Amino acid sequence: MPGLTGRMSTIVKAKVSKVLDRAEDPAETLDYSYTKQLELLQNVKKGIADVVTSKKRLQMQEAQMQQQVVKLDTQARQALAANREDLARTALERKQSVQTELQSLDSQIGELEDQQQKLVDSEAAMRAKLEAFRTKKEVIKAQYSAAEAQVRISEAATGVGEQMADVGLAMQRALDKTENMKARASAVGELEAAGTFEDLTQLGPGKDDIDRQLEAIGAGGAVDDELAKMKAELGSGAPAQQAIEAGPDAEPAASAPEEPAEGEQSESAQ
Amino acid sequence: MIVRIFSDGQYRIPEDAQERLHELDNKSVAAIDAADEAAFTAAYAALIELIHANGERLADDELEPSDLMLPPADITLEEARTEFTGEGLLPD
Repeated sequence: MPGLTGRMSTIVKAKVSKVLDRAEDPAETLDYSYTKQLELLQNVKKGIADVVTSKKRLQMQEAQMQQQVVKLDTQARQALAANREDLARTALERKQSVQTELQSLDSQIGELEDQQQKLVDSEAAMRAKLEAFRTKKEVIKAQYSAAEAQVRISEAATGVGEQMADVGLAMQRALDKTENMKARASAVGELEAAGTFEDLTQLGPGKDDIDRQLEAIGAGGAVDDELAKMKAELGSGAPAQQAIEAGPDAEPAASAPEEPAEGEQSESAQ
Repeated sequence: MIVRIFSDGQYRIPEDAQERLHELDNKSVAAIDAADEAAFTAAYAALIELIHANGERLADDELEPSDLMLPPADITLEEARTEFTGEGLLPD
């Protein structure tokens, strides 16, 4: 039979007749193919578990990236509040690229969910067919002569064999998809290790360069405040008051020459 | 005639729909040979639609062998080429 359908039919029939040719005794053939199919069904269960694991991993990655979006957004606001538009822009650019990654991850998770559902449906159909086969093989064994049985067996076994080919393809497609995702995840991992995505993937308690610059601004402000207080204590009242008011606004211009001392100062301030 | 769509199920197709089915099957294969993704997607969707519209679905516990086996509805041209028409799963 030509066309799309021919090849698969040929393959399934060839596989089934291979199984059927193996044993002389029809009863033995039936029991053998039933046991074989039950074993294969166990593999399908493992396949489904693999898909679920891969999906969970992707979902965790998704959750981490969502946190990263929130963090970058907060950083952008902090930077803007500190009059550091350049820093805010950097944070927002990173937020954009994380969001792009997130969208792609989201559609991959969706596709994997589809594959998983097909695999589960196919496995359920397989169970139903196998149960029907179990009943039928007892009937065939009890009611038919060896010659008659051969025809019935072939029909029943092909029915089951087809369903197994169906499950097999669903499993193969689902696993191919998870393999692709694993390959992609490890490619991203290598880039991270090389430092390419260092800032994008910095999660949890770690600090990225935006954090450090924001802290430097905070430290700079604290230094200015402390300086102003000290000046006030030393009695030069009016200029100190002016310094406190002007402190945060005047900071960007003033911060550059002070930078080397900031780290030490801020530690003693805490 | 009984047709199986992978990842879907088996359908009993009345005789009057069979000619159209073969037509669409040939169209799908022609699109695969021409590597025309859009034509393949359209022809194959029409084929699946024809089966769903005209076929009577078999129960999961029926043990009927199929006369035809079709790839899943969401098959890509590339998958269809390697798994269903080319030197895919078994050598000739």
